[in-house]
Amino acid sequence: MEMIIQGMIQAFQLLISGDGEISQVAMLTLAVSGTATAISVVFGIPLGLWLALQEFRGKQACSSLVNFGMGLPPVVVGLVVSLFLWRYGPLGDLGLMYTPVAMIIAQAIIAVPIVAGLSFAAILSINPKLRWQLISLGATTWQASWLLIREARLGLMAAVIAGFGRVTSEVGASMMVGGNIKGQTRVLTTATVMEVGKGNYDMALAISFILLIASFSIVVLLTYLQHGGKRGR
Amino acid sequence: MMRRFIIGCLIMGMALFSFGCGNAPVQQVSSPTPLNKDMILATTTSTQDSGLLDTLLPVFEKKTGYKVKTIAVGTGQALAMGEKGEADVLLVHAPDAEKKVLSSGAVINRILVMHNDFVIVGPASDAAQIKGKTTLEAMAAIEKKGAVFVSRGDDSGTHKMEKSLWKLASIKPVSPWYQESGAGMGQTLKIADEKQGYTITDRATYLAQEKNLSLQILVEGDAKLLNIYHVMAVNPEKFSKVNQEGAKAFSDFLLSAEGQALIAAYGKDKFGQSLFFADGGKTEKEFGF
Repeated sequence: MEMIIQGMIQAFQLLISGDGEISQVAMLTLAVSGTATAISVVFGIPLGLWLALQEFRGKQACSSLVNFGMGLPPVVVGLVVSLFLWRYGPLGDLGLMYTPVAMIIAQAIIAVPIVAGLSFAAILSINPKLRWQLISLGATTWQASWLLIREARLGLMAAVIAGFGRVTSEVGASMMVGGNIKGQTRVLTTATVMEVGKGNYDMALAISFILLIASFSIVVLLTYLQHGGKRGR
Repeated sequence: MMRRFIIGCLIMGMALFSFGCGNAPVQQVSSPTPLNKDMILATTTSTQDSGLLDTLLPVFEKKTGYKVKTIAVGTGQALAMGEKGEADVLLVHAPDAEKKVLSSGAVINRILVMHNDFVIVGPASDAAQIKGKTTLEAMAAIEKKGAVFVSRGDDSGTHKMEKSLWKLASIKPVSPWYQESGAGMGQTLKIADEKQGYTITDRATYLAQEKNLSLQILVEGDAKLLNIYHVMAVNPEKFSKVNQEGAKAFSDFLLSAEGQALIAAYGKDKFGQSLFFADGGKTEKEFGF
């Protein structure tokens, strides 16, 4: 118990003192996970929308695949991405292994199915007649889709929050493709693992608290946006 | 609303990203800039967990302008990275396995850098009564008593060393007293501590962790427990993408007077004793291999 309080105090001290190294690690965490989440939004929401609105053969199989992807184990993603990015792997010439870009790729792969799967569910939960009504009122397919997205925004924001939560808490893939390199690819989760390895439990706890604070503030911001939009109507 | 948010998200991500990436190079303003700056060092967890690399690498980077990507893994994995050409330089501690990789032609210029030693640690109660025994006697006593022994089980240098000791003692360790953690040294020490079991560790990691442990050093100072670190470059003739200048610069730095002095001094202020002994210029023969 004493250790936890000590960790909180130390986390606070690290934040107040503006420790250069830890703030760099925290910023990189937000940058990597933020970018990965943004990418997953760009790909995931249209994918979810498409799955929800289009009728085609194999739709069931496609949806199952996306739902399965929501539970994709990060270490498996990390391993497969490393195999591709190794120097002598198929994409080795890009020189991306052990860079933040490699971490963004891995995290985006983890987040896309989550965002897609939850958007799919969010759109489905809207009364299907709404779309036909919009189209019969003269909306183009694009306009109808846009209005549906607006209608489902609560659920869609929940999808984004879930995706962000997953990638900031993920450690296996970041460790594998990033390598936890000081000043380059060290993020809060991999730093925590390393400090535990070093036996610095107080430091590990302090970093964990910073991670919690960072992801809490982002989620608060997202939740505010989620509900702010609603109130504006 | 949604569109504005998504765009905002993207911009924020990009801004944060460029900020995050922009930080690192600032530290190297006055350094010389080599042609290929990125260099991958595959090494063992003990050099990172003991804190040695945090002392050595900033000096090296400042001096030469290289940007070292340290991948701290078990020696087995570090050697495997060398064999696949996925690293430029290796700093590892499993002489027999290293020699195999050397003779396969995957690495070149294998040079002795430093040593410390392994110790057998265990609970103060010492159920198997191993304190003060020789290594092999101690291992026989642990087996006879069926006392818990936590092995790394991860093909690291320490694990390889431990396996060779069981072999020397002609003991085939079995469950339930023999348990494999599959984790790094720090974690394994903690597990042994929780289970009140024995384990074998490098002295550096033990000293760095001592404050969290009730385990004590029970067997030490046996010639069989020597822990020797070598640096070696991945063969550029075999793997064209290897940064051979970087590898050479790193190994030259470790063996330079400055590098050796940093190694020899490391740990004196924090632990009251050196964690590593600098051995530049020595050969394995001097250690009886």
